[in-house]
Parts: sequence; structure tokens; C-alpha cells
Amino acid sequence: MTSKGRALAWQAAAVVSATAVVLYFAHNVTTNLAVRGIQFGFGFLWAKAGFDIPFHLAEWDVNFSYGRALWVAGINTLFAAAICIALSSALGLTLALMRLSGNLLAAGTSRVLIELIRNTPQLLQIVFFYFAVLQALPQMRQSVTIGTSVFLNVRGLFLPAASGEAWDWISSATIGLVVLVAVLWKRMGMVVPRLLVLPPVLIIGLVAAGFTAQWDAPVLKGFNFVGGVRVPPEILALALGVSIYTSAFIAENVRASILGVHRGQTEAAYSLGLPPGRTMALVVLPQAMRLLIPPLTSQYLNIIKSTTLGAAIAYPEILQIFARTVLNQSGRAIEVMTLVLGVFLVINLLASAGMNAWNRRLTLQGR
Amino acid sequence: MTSLPARALRAGRLALAAGAAMFLATTVAQAQVAPPPGPTVEAIKKRGALNCGIDTGVPGFAFQDNKGVWHGIDIDYCRAIAAAVLGDPDKVKFTGTTAAARFTVLQAGEIDVLIRDSTLTFTRSTVLGLDEVAINFYAGQGFLVRKSIGVSKAADLQGATICVITGATLELNIADFARSTGAKIGTLLFDKPEEAIAAMEAGRCDGYTDDTGSLAGMRSTLKVPADWMVLPEAISKEPLGLHIRSGDARWQKIIFWLDNALKSAEEFGVTKANADQLKSSSKDPFILRLLGAEGDTGKALGLDEAWALRAIKVAGNYGEMYDTHFGPKALALPRGQNNLYTKGGLHYPLPIR
Repeated sequence: MTSKGRALAWQAAAVVSATAVVLYFAHNVTTNLAVRGIQFGFGFLWAKAGFDIPFHLAEWDVNFSYGRALWVAGINTLFAAAICIALSSALGLTLALMRLSGNLLAAGTSRVLIELIRNTPQLLQIVFFYFAVLQALPQMRQSVTIGTSVFLNVRGLFLPAASGEAWDWISSATIGLVVLVAVLWKRMGMVVPRLLVLPPVLIIGLVAAGFTAQWDAPVLKGFNFVGGVRVPPEILALALGVSIYTSAFIAENVRASILGVHRGQTEAAYSLGLPPGRTMALVVLPQAMRLLIPPLTSQYLNIIKSTTLGAAIAYPEILQIFARTVLNQSGRAIEVMTLVLGVFLVINLLASAGMNAWNRRLTLQGR
Repeated sequence: MTSLPARALRAGRLALAAGAAMFLATTVAQAQVAPPPGPTVEAIKKRGALNCGIDTGVPGFAFQDNKGVWHGIDIDYCRAIAAAVLGDPDKVKFTGTTAAARFTVLQAGEIDVLIRDSTLTFTRSTVLGLDEVAINFYAGQGFLVRKSIGVSKAADLQGATICVITGATLELNIADFARSTGAKIGTLLFDKPEEAIAAMEAGRCDGYTDDTGSLAGMRSTLKVPADWMVLPEAISKEPLGLHIRSGDARWQKIIFWLDNALKSAEEFGVTKANADQLKSSSKDPFILRLLGAEGDTGKALGLDEAWALRAIKVAGNYGEMYDTHFGPKALALPRGQNNLYTKGGLHYPLPIR
């Protein structure tokens, strides 16, 4: 047999034995389920949930179905993940630049922070931040009041909510326009930096929309503030816990990528007369990005998975709502866990596909 | 008239059908009368220990002292079963189970019996294939609230936020209660009681909800117990008890009658202290049967004659167990529904005869 044929035979044997193992366990599961009189099926997703989800961005009512609960909790997970990704990237970059700055105080601080953060358990940090946040915020009757209708206390940040048709139209049109222009900025041949023009436009548009809206201000009634929008302390604690932890790892990735750019690039920039700040922003960082994206992708995928730690501090994400409450109420352990794994797999595959596409674009732009 | 081969064929078919029917009948009959004491007890005896699933820590039901020894009424039940089946109350392997994992652990066969302040519900019985064999504590879902918020009954909780642990029927009960009374009660869901309690003490929520029995225990662990009160009424029925996998009728009968024996002992005044003496001195045929001096209750269960006597001698009768863990010297929870039927409670032991 040729060596190619042998390799093929080995691969075929590996595939066959792997399939056999999977089939064996699948068969075991079905037999054991049948013996214990447990049925398998996803029909329960249409059953009425009956429980409350304390914080939700998508619409939720106790009369909605289990399937809808998965959607609402999934949106909460994505929301937390998005905040954590943005925050940890910014923090990670800052820590890395501090460490590389050559300033003894900044580099030392960054180094101590990174070592402190990445050498203690993440769950402990999250729980610590939760109780630190709770202890730091005032009790409800002693709320910090900003203006007449913004309140901050241990129950969360209470903001007035805007509603009305004109508000909906003007605000969404402004946001849509700004995002569109921001994306097409260079293609439209604009020369001024977009950060100078677009934010004021956005603010003016939203303020104009605000004048047309009906405002529903939070009011302290009985035990709680009623009306308005509430940002619970749980999301704050989760964002802090996950972002700070991950930023330590991102900082090290960024540092490695920056050090991975050849010193000659910096020297060339200096000899052209570029100051250090612009050298970093225009010469080193763009090249470091190519080295950074693969490890950064892993960190982002970790962040998405780490949001499940929110279950420990009452943040209603997929694990808590679906793998705890729904699993318990419906008794469908295997189905629920399969769904939760499937949802995370899909989210992470999409995220990693997006990061890989970005990586390819940067690579092509190179030499 | 049919031909001879055809008739022979039909006769053959008939014989086959009859044979199949007989085979089916014998399998069914065998399934119904597996010889005592049944497969679960056989497995326990072979292993030399009872695998008992318990709570990870709630005063009154199951909690560890600072030496690592488990205490609680659920623990006493585990030990009583081990004494009855294996003759030694210490031959128990305790497995702490979380609210979310407990039934899966039982289904998977890792434990022989689950005694973990758990409520039997329709779903757990039908979908999960479990049986609640006996009830060792009648509870209801109640509320532990801060005294200063000035609430005297559950219906006053309109607009309040309550800290809850997930994985139990607690959230659904609150939502049901809120829907039926029109009150809007917010919930905040935690994985473990420690975080929920800490968040409540920090003022994140107005109260905590759990079974009334557990609440009394929780209150005793707070920083300032006097600042908190358990609301007098319950919003649900929570019969807590002993769960097993469906399918072993013999094991079910042993657990069922053991619970009856512990409660009968209280009814007839048999205690940990006087059980041995009553076995020889009592004139009451019921007590003599209970303690194995007369009749053959042990043989019928596949155990020996002294099974109930040993179980009673572990931690006393049901009333003694309750007093040890919930009585005035412990959590000071009035017996209420957990008294015998003769004293206005719900425990009604079936006659052992």
C-alpha cells in the first residue's frame, strides 16, 4: 500500500470509529430515556412560561412561551457581551499602551493591575464587583438625584423614558443617517475627521426629537420607582467583572502584537519626522492589528461565554433563564441543555466568522 | 372445508400466539412481583452504603456543623433508612445536590433516594418519572421581609422586588400569585441562596422567598435577625418529601412504611429512649408489631424483624426529629401542619398491621 493509501485508510478508520462511538452513546441515551419513561421532544417550547424576567430589552410578559424566553434571554446575553467586548477592548488597549509607554509609574501600575486581575478567579471578581457596586450605591430613599427625573440607587439607574410617534421617527432616522454616513465617509470624499462632525449631528437630532416626545419620568411609589427606564446594577457589575478580567489578557495580546512589529518601522517613522503618538497610531498599530486579531478573536469568544457567569449575580441571561428556570419548570434537561449549547455555538461561530473576515481584509490590504 | 396443511398452519399460528401471550404474561407478572427486597436494596446491600441525595445546606433540613457533620430532618431520614436496610445508621453516603441538578442525579441512579426539601409536582411525577413516596415536611412558600418596610401580608407586596433562587418552583409560584391577586411583584433570580441573601441585606431587594421551613432557618443566619420577619401566610403548598425513581415497587414500599413507622411511633408514644424497653414490656399489639416483637412486617418488606426499631432508635420518632431541628430550642418553628392528625396537623400514619 502506498503511504497516501495508508493515510487514507487510517483517516477512514478514524471516521468510522468516531461515528461508532457517537452512535453508541446516542443509542445509550435513547434506551436509558425509554427505560426511565422520559420523553424527548421540543414541543415544550410553545408552552406558557409563567415566570417574570426581571430585566429585558426585548418585550416580555409572563404569558409568553418558553421559546420566547430563550429569545429574550438571548438578547440579554448579546447585550452584555457587546458591552463587555467594547469595554474590555478599550481597557486592554489602555493597559497595553501604559505598559509600553516607558513611563515608570504608568508601566508599573499597568503591570501590577494585569497580574492582579489575571491571577484571581473570574467568578470571584464578578461577585466582588456586584457586592461592591451594591454597597457603593445609596439606599432607595437616599437616591442620588440628577435634575428632577434621573435617580441612582441600589436598585439601579432610573432614567425617564421617551415615547411618541414623532420621537420614534426623528430619533431612528437620525441614528440611521449618522451610521450610514459614518460608514460611507471616505467614499463620499470627506476630508475632515468624522468624529468632529457626526457626534454633534447625532446630539442635535436627538435633542430635536426629545422636544417632540412625551417623557415618562420614574417616580418613587411604594417599594420602587415606577415608570421610566431602569438600568439594573447587575449589568454594571457583570460588565465590570467580565471586562476588567478579559482586559488583562487583551492587554498582553496587544503588547505582544505591538512588540511583534519590527523596530525598523518605528525608526523609519521617526526619521520621517513623525512624533511618537502618530507613529503609534498610524504606523505601528495598523500593522499590529494583523498579529492581534487571531488571539483577540479567542478573547471575544471567551467574553461571550463568560456572560453566563451573570447567573450568579441575578443577571437574566440564557444560562439563568433557560438552563435554570425553564429546565426546572419543564423538566426537559437534555433538550434545554442541547438548545443552550446550540445557541452559544451559533453566536460564537458567527462572531468568529466576522472576526476572520476582518482578519482577511487586513491581510489583503498589506503588501 | 379447509385443507389439512392450512389447518395445521392455523393451529401453528394459534400456538405461537398463545405462546407469545404466555411469555408476555409471565414477563408482566415477573415485573410486578420482583422478590423482596427488590433491586435497589440489593444494590445498596452489595455496595454496603445508602446513597442519599440531600440539600447543600439549609438549616433544619440539611446543614454541616463546623466539624463537617451533617444535621437536619432530611439527614435523620437518610440515617433511619440506612439503619433499617443495612443495620447501621452511619452507612450513608450523603450527596449534596443543587436545586437544578437534584432530579437529574436521581434519574441517573447516582443516589437511591432524594430527601432534599423537594416538592412533588405533576411535571416531576409524569415527565421526570419520579415518585414522591412520603412527605416529611408540610411547607408553603412564604416571604422573609425587612420589618421596616411595614408589610404584614403577602398581598401588600405590590411593587416590591423579591430575591429568589432559581431551579425551584418558587418563581412560578410568585408569578401565579401575582397573576391571581393582580399584584405586581418583581423577582431577582440568583443561583445560590448566599448571594441572594447578601443582595437582600444590601437593600437590592425587599425580601427573600422560600419554603416556610427554610425561611426560619435563613432568618437565623442573617446579620441582624431581629430586623427581619417571616410573613405569616404562605402563597403555595409545598409538601416536601422523599423522592425515588419510578420502577422499583419494593423500594417504594420500604420507604413508604418506614415513614409511617416513624410517625406511628410518635402516635403510640414510642421514643428513642423507650423503644427497646417497650419491645419487651408493652402490652399493645400495635407497638409489638411495630417494633418487630410480633408479626412479620420485616419479612414482607424483605428486611429483618427489627427494621423499624432500628430506624426509630437513630433519631427518635417523627416528633422527636422535628423538635431537634425545628423545635423551640432550634429554629422555633411552630409545628402547625407538621403535627400529627390527632393534634390538628396533617401527618396521618397508616396502620401497620
